[in-house]
Amino acid sequence: MDREQLALLKEVMALDFKALELQLYLDTHPNDQRALRDHNLACQEAKAAKENYQRCYGPFMPCEATGFPWQWISDPWPWEICYE
Amino acid sequence: MWLYEKKLQYPAKVGRANLQMAKFLITQYGGADGELAASMRYLTQRYTMPVPQGKGTLTDIGTEELAHLEIIATLVYKLMDGASVDEIKRAGLGAYYADHDKALYFVNGEGVPWTAAYIQSKGDPVTDLHEDMAAEEKARSTYEWLINLSDDPDLNDTLRFLREREIVHFQRFGETLQIVQNYLDCKKVY
Repeated sequence: MDREQLALLKEVMALDFKALELQLYLDTHPNDQRALRDHNLACQEAKAAKENYQRCYGPFMPCEATGFPWQWISDPWPWEICYE
Repeated sequence: MWLYEKKLQYPAKVGRANLQMAKFLITQYGGADGELAASMRYLTQRYTMPVPQGKGTLTDIGTEELAHLEIIATLVYKLMDGASVDEIKRAGLGAYYADHDKALYFVNGEGVPWTAAYIQSKGDPVTDLHEDMAAEEKARSTYEWLINLSDDPDLNDTLRFLREREIVHFQRFGETLQIVQNYLDCKKVY
């Protein structure tokens, strides 16, 4: 995986993690308006980063429309990537 | 239902192949305090949580543990990558190799296979959440002992991330316990 792809992948991973951390917090603080705003924004940012990545490098999930041939199964899978 | 996303939650980094560390680390795959036990425990306890905060927290943390299971699998896979049979024998993994080659399998560091007896589901949300908090602390300790055993800064970076998640989960379960206790107190009629 080239450096550009890896950088975009890591950006998606970081933004998804930010959204997840706020999600867990909101599970026990459902009335925290500021956290909810942060969560909704984090989800938007993660979605935009994913769309950007997927345009060049294929889908994160099989339900995304892909080019021909079927890209979902393309290597590398997450355990095959060198994250350095 | 569940959906799979083709990415890890956090980069699983390994500086160099290291069979000894693979042997130690696999306990977080299939050991008593490992990620499979954590995920299965929370996902099966959620059905008897009386409040939405409990159902949500157990569902979401149980799901995150599956992502951690995948990180551990990736680390073990990378730590064993390229190893020869001689190296596997020298690292004390000969018996593992006989049963699994270099495939991932749910065992602890001593080769004992995973069992549902590692977890409990008691139907009492106060009891279950106490178990969950203890489980997070046990996993945190395990990550600390693994970091002590490892001299690989890349591997330790990933292990430190996983250790920190145990601390956050412990916090969330503690808050859930408080919410459940308040709910049960309100329900009491004198």
